[in-house]
Amino acid sequence: MDLKNRSLISITDFSKEEILHILDLAEDFERDQRQQILNTHVVASLFFEPSTRTRLSFESAVQYLGGSIIGFASADTSSVKKGESLKDTILTVSNYSDLIVMRNPLDGSARYASEVSPVPIINAGDGANQHPTQCLLDLYSIRKTQGTLENINIVMVGDLKYGRTVHSLVQALSLFNATFHFVSPDSLKMPSSVKTWVKNAKLEYHQYTDLMEAIPIADILYMTRVQGERFPDPLEYERVKNAYILDNSMLAKSKENMKVLHPLPRVNEINVDVDSNNKAYYFQQAKNGVYVRQALIAAILGLK
Amino acid sequence: MDKKRTELIVSAIRSGTVIDHIPSDKTFQVINMLNLEGTENQVYFGTNLYSDKYISKGIIKISDTFFKEEEISKIALVAPSATLIEIEDYEITKKQKVKAPATVDKIVKCYNPKCVTNTETIPTKFKVISDHKGNMKLSCHYCEKTMAKENIEFY
Repeated sequence: MDLKNRSLISITDFSKEEILHILDLAEDFERDQRQQILNTHVVASLFFEPSTRTRLSFESAVQYLGGSIIGFASADTSSVKKGESLKDTILTVSNYSDLIVMRNPLDGSARYASEVSPVPIINAGDGANQHPTQCLLDLYSIRKTQGTLENINIVMVGDLKYGRTVHSLVQALSLFNATFHFVSPDSLKMPSSVKTWVKNAKLEYHQYTDLMEAIPIADILYMTRVQGERFPDPLEYERVKNAYILDNSMLAKSKENMKVLHPLPRVNEINVDVDSNNKAYYFQQAKNGVYVRQALIAAILGLK
Repeated sequence: MDKKRTELIVSAIRSGTVIDHIPSDKTFQVINMLNLEGTENQVYFGTNLYSDKYISKGIIKISDTFFKEEEISKIALVAPSATLIEIEDYEITKKQKVKAPATVDKIVKCYNPKCVTNTETIPTKFKVISDHKGNMKLSCHYCEKTMAKENIEFY
């Protein structure tokens, strides 16, 4: 399978086979992480807005592969502050690197960057739109903990309206015959465009407001943070921010194979008493992000 | 009787374009969209007219003017029921229902204020899709948000 020079902007850019290929490569990097195959390559990491996990795990992935990384961690330290356009920034940086990893607060910025850039772009988050590498690492974590991606019962909890990770994950898991269970306050329900996606894939979804009702069904309990920064109305945010708080006692009736995932950062939606439960998988999930990103970088640069 | 009255209101044109069967509440929007305010050619229009097919309709006749495919698709976005008739020497040379295009490029502004096309100088691109109720919607190529017909705004 040849993913050389392909950009990854939205998870739907990759077919089921291409997704599985990346997950297989990631498994290889989990077994042997320090494969020095990127020694002669430079990767640019352009983060126009803050990030801990995504930026550091991309940078860690490049370094484990023996590659060099250039870039910036905030728009304040680049010429964007002087009013440089995204196009000019991308064209300039493409002169200095083989691949650009970009996070930008504007929706659609990554697609646009991929159209003007002569080097491939990996979208590390474009505003509220897409975050495909998060989706890949979620898929990796689900396959690793369940042994398969097929026929999973996934319970998604929290901000299903604005949460981009759940939208991409629904699209991706639709390729694998999942059954979806959406738990949210009424004001943060899954958008109809995503539900239409599920219907078109001829799959089932169920909606709940009571988290306890959904927990016993879950193979994967996917918790999300209610993201204050995405709310147009701060009062609405105050009303729903503490809608679902998972604590250890609530997991008593969960299945044996069930794992709790969370894209992190968490605020208070998972109580710290869950951390020591062997069903808590979110820190391992974040670690898996490095293997998946190593796999993606290696595939796009044609090194695997 | 009513039909006859409609014909009396709007005179025939020798050469040019007639846009018929516009929903009445969209007549002025179509006029604005086609920039008819600036034309030096004769323009006749009527709205809230009786129609067999529609409870009330609008009609616009523009002399010596023929529209490009791109402008016709614009009409389809706000008035999908409209009919476009081209006339030369009082004879109809072409009559077609306006057709929503598969894609809409450059003419519509993305409704999402956070879309990159509203910050950078980028020609917009949309796919024309229908939702599960069959309503026409535009899906932005960049931000992937879908926009209802009511929110369409032209540059």
